[in-house]
Amino acid sequence: MLMTISLLMENKPGALMRVTGLLSQRGYNIESLTVSRTLDPTLSRMTICVDVEPRLRPLLIKQMNRLVNVLQAHDLTEAPAVIREMVLVHVRVSQENRTAILKEAEIFGARVVDSSVGGFALEASGDPEKLEEFIAVMQTYGEIEVTRSGLVAVSLEPRKLKLAPPIPKAHSESEPAHTR
Amino acid sequence: MAQTMSGARILMECLQREGVEVIFGYPGGVTLPLYDAMYEGEIRHILVRHEENACFMASGYARATGKVGVACATSGPGATNLTTGLVDCMMDSIPVVALTGQVSSKLIGSDAFQEADTFGITRSATKHNYLVKDIRDLAAVIHEAFYIASSGRPGPVLVDITKDVLQGQAHYAPVHAIHLPGYKLVTEGHAGQIRRAAQMMWEASRPFVYAGGGIIASGAHEELRELVETLDAPAVLTLMGLGALPAEHPNFISMPGMHGSYAANMGMYECDLLIALGVRFDDRVTGRLASFAPHAKVIHVDIDPAEIGKNRAADLPIVGDAKKVLSRIVKSLKEAAPQMRPLREQDRREWWQQIRAWKEEHPLKPVFSADEIKPQHLMVEIDRLCGGDAIVSVDVGQHQMWAAQFIRFNRPRTWLSSSGLGSMGFGLPAAIGAQVAHPDALVVAVVGDGGFQMAMPEISTMANQGLPVKVVIMNNGYLGMVRQWQDLFYQNRLSAVQIEAFPNIEKLADAYGIKGRIVDKPAELRSALEDAFRHPGPVLLDVRVSPFENVYPMVPAGAAINEMVLAPPKPVEVPA
Repeated sequence: MLMTISLLMENKPGALMRVTGLLSQRGYNIESLTVSRTLDPTLSRMTICVDVEPRLRPLLIKQMNRLVNVLQAHDLTEAPAVIREMVLVHVRVSQENRTAILKEAEIFGARVVDSSVGGFALEASGDPEKLEEFIAVMQTYGEIEVTRSGLVAVSLEPRKLKLAPPIPKAHSESEPAHTR
Repeated sequence: MAQTMSGARILMECLQREGVEVIFGYPGGVTLPLYDAMYEGEIRHILVRHEENACFMASGYARATGKVGVACATSGPGATNLTTGLVDCMMDSIPVVALTGQVSSKLIGSDAFQEADTFGITRSATKHNYLVKDIRDLAAVIHEAFYIASSGRPGPVLVDITKDVLQGQAHYAPVHAIHLPGYKLVTEGHAGQIRRAAQMMWEASRPFVYAGGGIIASGAHEELRELVETLDAPAVLTLMGLGALPAEHPNFISMPGMHGSYAANMGMYECDLLIALGVRFDDRVTGRLASFAPHAKVIHVDIDPAEIGKNRAADLPIVGDAKKVLSRIVKSLKEAAPQMRPLREQDRREWWQQIRAWKEEHPLKPVFSADEIKPQHLMVEIDRLCGGDAIVSVDVGQHQMWAAQFIRFNRPRTWLSSSGLGSMGFGLPAAIGAQVAHPDALVVAVVGDGGFQMAMPEISTMANQGLPVKVVIMNNGYLGMVRQWQDLFYQNRLSAVQIEAFPNIEKLADAYGIKGRIVDKPAELRSALEDAFRHPGPVLLDVRVSPFENVYPMVPAGAAINEMVLAPPKPVEVPA
């Protein structure tokens, strides 16, 4: 069953590898993954969609939270959240179909981001299932190329972010070693 | 008070600030600057013969002291050789910091000489790891590494440092605080849960304590003893937990699990409250999980939230440090004792009667013979000489299980075993690490003839450093545990388990300039061990034991713990 995880982590080299490694070492297949900086540039927000047996979901979240670079991981699969995706579709189209495609695009709330004699590039975002339909409709007009962003999610529940406070460094020697 | 110094110098500075006394390592091209900084000899360096053993020695040192062990290796093969040792520390939650050199940052990714993706390779082998490419990060990273390794659930941390960082110059000022916002530790334990735990313990009629490595890691052995005594509950200790309760304690039963005693496993099966303390419900303990402790409610205390409910759901979970949590549970238990103890008296009497009956029915009984040395006989003799007080390290296999069954441990941190990973070749280097930490202690490496040969290069280290480790090789000429499984589950089709051409140990010891002896007569065993243990230097003792002895009792893989095989199957009588 597909699980949606939202994860806040330090924006550091290797942090992504730790998260994906946790999934791949258990043999889970990642359906989609998006990651980007947050308002605080030292942090990244990641949305992962992954196929996990439902009973293992809480354990996976705990194991993600155990990663040193992860500030907070939570399971949005059944939690109140907005989950959206963006898709870019390049559709090659004959002259007579141009108007029809623009109408279809309008129905799905898609925007034309490029127009040329060969066809259109369309941008749509929304609920992943809706996008599936949009893609299916576009396919009826001919050959298309599709790039999907993967899920991005935002939780609708207030979540307190608990951070570990700085740890004062107690040195085993009161005198700095190099002065001895 | 910043001053300019080299990265290698900064590293040495930080290690000294962390109180590091010894580094187990092996130099190489990219760690030349570091070894140059070590030239002054501020920190003792033990030159190993193979990097894997550097990590095992650091692990042995950490297991025997509770301090962070430090291993050091060069880039490429040095780092990859460390990996098995890191996973061993990971599985057993042992605090080790591994320092590896990396090729210069300019060369990373160019397949440079002795380049390996150490950071990537050790990602899953460590609790956390670092790649340091900027000298300004070095000091903070080193202190973070020690903090992560030793706090919470301990574990290995690797720091990969590029050669240009070691060689470069930077201003150094001591680090005064570490910032790890995502590294949240829960140590206190929930007060309400702690109260409820004490209540559940008094309410249970057949409570049973199942304690493990977490007790030793947190130093909670005194609190454990108090809990067990206050409640008068029977207790088992896992392979990682041996020594957490004195072996001679009247409430201690034995190790549970695959080769645990009948009483230990039946107690777990029949109890109505399982008090799980610093354990992870390993498959070697639980057997078939669905039939594990089927009548019991479970209280699970662990510092790692991810352990709670991982294998067995807990009726009452407490996340926290065992020492802190247990001391508060004991306080609660004691407060209620005057009122509760009389109510439980009858239950306890019956429970203990039952446990004693199981013990008498199928005790852990050594086997003796006048003609050949039985492996159990060897363990009993080692135990007699050690008196529960020596440091004993083991490899993995039959000898490990017999040692766990028959050698007593009265103090924590005296039993060193690669328990989770089950890494052969661990025993000798771990003993060396422990002997470095405790130069005056009796340190015995009880190993098999298989594992010994994996660690043989370190005889040289032991001889070279004059470390008086007593290496007792339980030599049955086979990879005994694999042979046992082939015997029991593969129609005794013995495939690739016989070890032929074992070296003459007397000549081998002689070649290294240390004492060696072969013993094959039961009558000589005691005096040979006494001589070896009395000898002031290192000893190799090759004890020839009967080759076809199997470890019993045994819970076959996939069976429930009450489905133990107690003894070798009797030959079937064919009716005439």
